[in-house]
Amino acid sequence: MERLADPLAKKPSALRTHSEAIAFVVMIAALLAAPFLTYPLFLMQAMCFALFACAFNLLIGYVGLLSFGHALYFGWASYLSAYAAKAWGFTPELAILTGAATAAACGLVAGSLAIRRQGIYFAMVTLALAQMMFFFALQAKFTGGEDGIQAVPRGYLFGVIDLRNEVAMYVVVLVVFLAGFLFIYRIIHSPFGEVLKAIRENETRAISLGYKTDRYKLVAFVLSATLAGTAGATKAIVLQLASLTDVNWPMSGEVVLMTLVGGLGSIFGPVVGSFAILVMQYKLAAVGEWVLVIQGVIFVACVLSFRRGVIGELANKLRIRL
Amino acid sequence: MYEIFGIPSTALFGQLLIGLINGSFYALLSLGLAVIFGMLNIINFSHGAQYMLGAFAAYLLLQYSGLGYWPALIVAPVLVGITGVIVERLFLRWLYKLDHLYGLLLTFGLALIIEGVARNYFGSAGLPYTVPESLRGGRNLGFMFLPNYRAWVIVASLTICIGTWFVIERTRLGAYLRAATENPTLVRAFGINVPRMITLTYGFGVALAAFAGVMAAPVYNVSPQMGSELIIVVFAVVVIGGMGSIFGAIVTGFGLGVIEGLTKVFFPEASNTVIFVIMAIVLLVRPAGLFGRRG
Repeated sequence: MERLADPLAKKPSALRTHSEAIAFVVMIAALLAAPFLTYPLFLMQAMCFALFACAFNLLIGYVGLLSFGHALYFGWASYLSAYAAKAWGFTPELAILTGAATAAACGLVAGSLAIRRQGIYFAMVTLALAQMMFFFALQAKFTGGEDGIQAVPRGYLFGVIDLRNEVAMYVVVLVVFLAGFLFIYRIIHSPFGEVLKAIRENETRAISLGYKTDRYKLVAFVLSATLAGTAGATKAIVLQLASLTDVNWPMSGEVVLMTLVGGLGSIFGPVVGSFAILVMQYKLAAVGEWVLVIQGVIFVACVLSFRRGVIGELANKLRIRL
Repeated sequence: MYEIFGIPSTALFGQLLIGLINGSFYALLSLGLAVIFGMLNIINFSHGAQYMLGAFAAYLLLQYSGLGYWPALIVAPVLVGITGVIVERLFLRWLYKLDHLYGLLLTFGLALIIEGVARNYFGSAGLPYTVPESLRGGRNLGFMFLPNYRAWVIVASLTICIGTWFVIERTRLGAYLRAATENPTLVRAFGINVPRMITLTYGFGVALAAFAGVMAAPVYNVSPQMGSELIIVVFAVVVIGGMGSIFGAIVTGFGLGVIEGLTKVFFPEASNTVIFVIMAIVLLVRPAGLFGRRG
């Protein structure tokens, strides 16, 4: 992984030391103002993907683990959340928790298998396990196969607040997203997060310092899966749909792309990246399959000349942390 | 007609044959991945797309220049191999000093581009490619009917696999390759052009994928997504076998194809997932893979 020059090496000004707080305020302001300017449904979907990308970034950006199967947690959480809301009549918050718990369980099993191999093999194992669970989703009765689970009721939050109201739904998604975002921020800046970064930089040395790196990697993996699941579960409630698209391998590729475009290992990067990619997909919906080609070109361009991503490059230019 | 474990023997041997055919493709593709990984330290995610390109090259050669199956078996891999050489010169060579993950991401992007372009021009439906005249029909072996083309696929891919193994493990050229994998600087000091060797290795690996694609064209339909689903299974095969050994890649490929075929007979619901389940078990029991070194 390419390392950023330490942005705090120079003497810090107030603007620089508080760059993250300022960016956070700007982000909240933008998310509060945006529904007046564009479709709330699009924004809610984008926030779900942003949380998904942030969860993915926790692994690739801070532990150096490339999971190529994150659709597994996103998709299965959205299935279970949709099923709980529709068939069991769960309230939305319980449905989302069901989805997140499913993702945590999947993450625990897949993670403990995948961390047995390093580097490139790790990516292949996660991809293969996700494909296996895709076939389960395809064959299982409750997922509805090719149809997916449709017409999921949004229901009443805590049994009281009607989420068919767009404002209420928007606030819920915003709260879920911000809670997930701040949780990830907290993880990264905790002593636990410092150990994760040490593993990213030099795993052998972390082991020799007495850290049981496998346990740290597994905990990070489960956390990432759970947060990805939270995003998927919320998306199922918002769009009232869980389908095979969410659990198939192109979804795993998409979250990699979002994070790569925004900036691996920058806290705001995945948010910007996922909004950018979703806007692109909406604008280019008319050109059909060319979207795939354009995504491929963005991948190639990012890897060859833009490895820090949009936010990473910006942070590097301004010598601040973002 | 007799039965084995309550299964009609024709069904059993029929699935075993399909398993061997699938295994031929797993073996050829994982062999190519192993060769490329050995030299370039890159996992070639576009391997499936290049396999698909091989099939499409055969189809287009037949449609527009009237070149049949046999010439296509040579021409298509050469053409696709040349695109591989171009890709290596243009893109991959900038990545050798970076983390391996970037190679995976770049080739994933290439796979998306290739598949997207194919889908735009040919749609998602499969295009038919007929079995060549000389390999039509089949023979009755007494316990089953063996179509000639399927027998040819198994024999040809075994020959190519063993040939590749022989070149890499037993010839002077192979010795250079293995030496360059271990210590490129030292090999360069002996006056061998290592960068060119790397380029040609990638071209050869890609040509192997295209060769598999041409052979697959009459078995499966020619379709843009034929590679992307196969490559994920091949990744699982590679994780099971480990990429340390060429021989291991071949054995694992054929073996898993057969196991998959048998699963189709005894427990059809699991036939899609059996290879992934085996991968999970291998990770638990022998984390380095059956033939792999730790890493």
